[in-house]
Amino acid sequence: MKKILIIGATSAIAEATARIWAQRGDELFLVARNEERLKIISKDLNVRGAPEVHSYCMDANNFDRHSSMLDKVFEVSGAIDIVLIAHGTLSNQKECEQSVDLTMQEIKTNALSVIALLTHLANRFEKQGSGTIAVISSVAGDRGKASNYVYGSAKAMVTTFTSGLRQRLYKSGVSVVTIKPGFVDTPMTAKFKKGLLWAKPETVAEKIVCAIDKRKDEVYVPAFWWGVMWIIKRIPEILFKKVSL
Amino acid sequence: MKIYGWGKYPTIDAEVLLPQTYIDCANYLNSNEIVLPRGMGRSYGDSANSPTVIESTYLDHFIEFDVTTGVLTCEAGVSIREILQLIVPKGWFVPVTPGSSFVTIGGAIASDVHGKNHHLSGTFSEHLLSFCLMLGSGEIVSVTKDVYPDLFRATCGGMGLTGMILSARIQLKPIQSSRIIQSIIKTNCLEEVCEQFEANDASTYSVAWIDCLASGKCLGRSLLMLGEHSQDGTLEFGKKKSQNLPIDMPQFLLNHYSIKAFNALYYHRVISKKKTEIISFEPYFYPLDAIGNWNRLYGKAGFVQYQFVLPKADGVKGLRQILEVIVASGKGSFLAVLKAFGRANENFLSFPIEGYALALDFKMSEETVQLIKLLDSMVVEMGGRIYLTKDALMTETSFKKTYPQWEQFEDVRAKYGAIGKFASSQSKRLGLQ
Repeated sequence: MKKILIIGATSAIAEATARIWAQRGDELFLVARNEERLKIISKDLNVRGAPEVHSYCMDANNFDRHSSMLDKVFEVSGAIDIVLIAHGTLSNQKECEQSVDLTMQEIKTNALSVIALLTHLANRFEKQGSGTIAVISSVAGDRGKASNYVYGSAKAMVTTFTSGLRQRLYKSGVSVVTIKPGFVDTPMTAKFKKGLLWAKPETVAEKIVCAIDKRKDEVYVPAFWWGVMWIIKRIPEILFKKVSL
Repeated sequence: MKIYGWGKYPTIDAEVLLPQTYIDCANYLNSNEIVLPRGMGRSYGDSANSPTVIESTYLDHFIEFDVTTGVLTCEAGVSIREILQLIVPKGWFVPVTPGSSFVTIGGAIASDVHGKNHHLSGTFSEHLLSFCLMLGSGEIVSVTKDVYPDLFRATCGGMGLTGMILSARIQLKPIQSSRIIQSIIKTNCLEEVCEQFEANDASTYSVAWIDCLASGKCLGRSLLMLGEHSQDGTLEFGKKKSQNLPIDMPQFLLNHYSIKAFNALYYHRVISKKKTEIISFEPYFYPLDAIGNWNRLYGKAGFVQYQFVLPKADGVKGLRQILEVIVASGKGSFLAVLKAFGRANENFLSFPIEGYALALDFKMSEETVQLIKLLDSMVVEMGGRIYLTKDALMTETSFKKTYPQWEQFEDVRAKYGAIGKFASSQSKRLGLQ
């Protein structure tokens, strides 16, 4: 039985992942903004097999509460084996272009809050000397595109930060897993037209659990995105700027 | 977004709303004029089509499971498959299951589904302890057979037209093993298979696969498949993933000859008169779930599944007449399924009545529409009826004649504010308000 902390536990990917862990019999600690949904999900995970499900209501953008949330988690659970950071919002690129406030808000939610949490977690895990920190970044962070560069640049920051953190914590026996999902069919992307490139949260969840089990460094989910991004990253900027993506 | 049923006919452009909480449901009901609740879209025709649908995709949480009593409470969007994954290893099984596990609990109630044990266990709603229903006003009521008997009778089998089912409490049945003892009895004609249904009416499960293209002396030759839960073996739910058909089947592969050959091969694969084997419950109950999207077999045009029931009295004679018409038409399906139903229940629109039910698929075409028209008139004439969950073509007159309790159904809908709030393409076609 593992002790697992999930931040952004009401996100579709996080929930699907938590279901796999629950079925395995892991003890879960859920953190999210929406208290009503936390309650529903906690009960569900309990029925699915998690022996204990604790929940904590918090907005990740409320940085002041990060430390006390973690105090509580470690107090209840003792040590933590795995933490999954999964919260985020899909920025509306067009609206962001017209509003500095909104752009800053999106960067705060998708990058700064993650970095704030990771800073606390890194120190605690370093002291603990074991465990896995998994963070959901995105393929969007691999290269800025006109259609979503605000979201993309926030995710790029997360990818780069976790890469550095991985090096730092390697010595302490703590692994850091950067997860880069492609298009996932979730409430966050409900308005998009779905095609062949889209994956279900359940599929993505299976890969996440597998990557964490194997203590992978960086994974694209589904794996074909590695190939897609390999090509996209190599298009010369002189051409790339002329393409609409 | 284009949506359609499992038969891929007909399609409709719809706005798909995806609530995550009951509050979202109430808000969607409030902000839209006419809506329809929808589950996994596994009904075949247009009963889950509407310009605005509220899908239960994210209302898929378990609420409570008492392992000692086998009472399960879950939200409406949980599928039978997910339930089986949870309960089978703990020694429980769903009391009634349709032929696919990719069906939500909300859908199972709205269609009041039946299974291979209908002759003994009735429909799904007969094992339903209670359910929560959101009325058109957004108010949530907890419905049982005794507390709101009228709403219970209207909602079970009511095709989602009374309100939005939010959650349900079901009594499961205990099993010792996840294996099924299957006996296959090979019969030479329709009369023989019907006799065998009678002779084996104590068998827990029974269903016959019927060769719908065999003619003459062989008309109605079938394989009757009986099933019992095994007493030994482990409790497991296979993790085997279903395979998908990558493309719609090219039309030229699907013709009279290929279907006839398939049917003959299927029939002759069983050599002896009776064969008994122990198999996992999945191939027994859900043979087609192994192919994720078998509806692609019928090509791009889609298909119509036609399922009707004839009253027992003259049922065999009637079935023979109808089969003769189908054989003569040269149209038919890969799998046609015959089932002897037990007694009807009290619900206003539940499909089963005591007698024989036959289900088959027809590739969609103008000829099919004509054939179904003819079959409809025969079924109505014989005092039978058509399953609303499969229907895409029935007329208002046929519906009102064969579902005589439709007026009581409408009264209940009026009483609880469902009229003018919940409607489907089907309900409009059938002349419901």
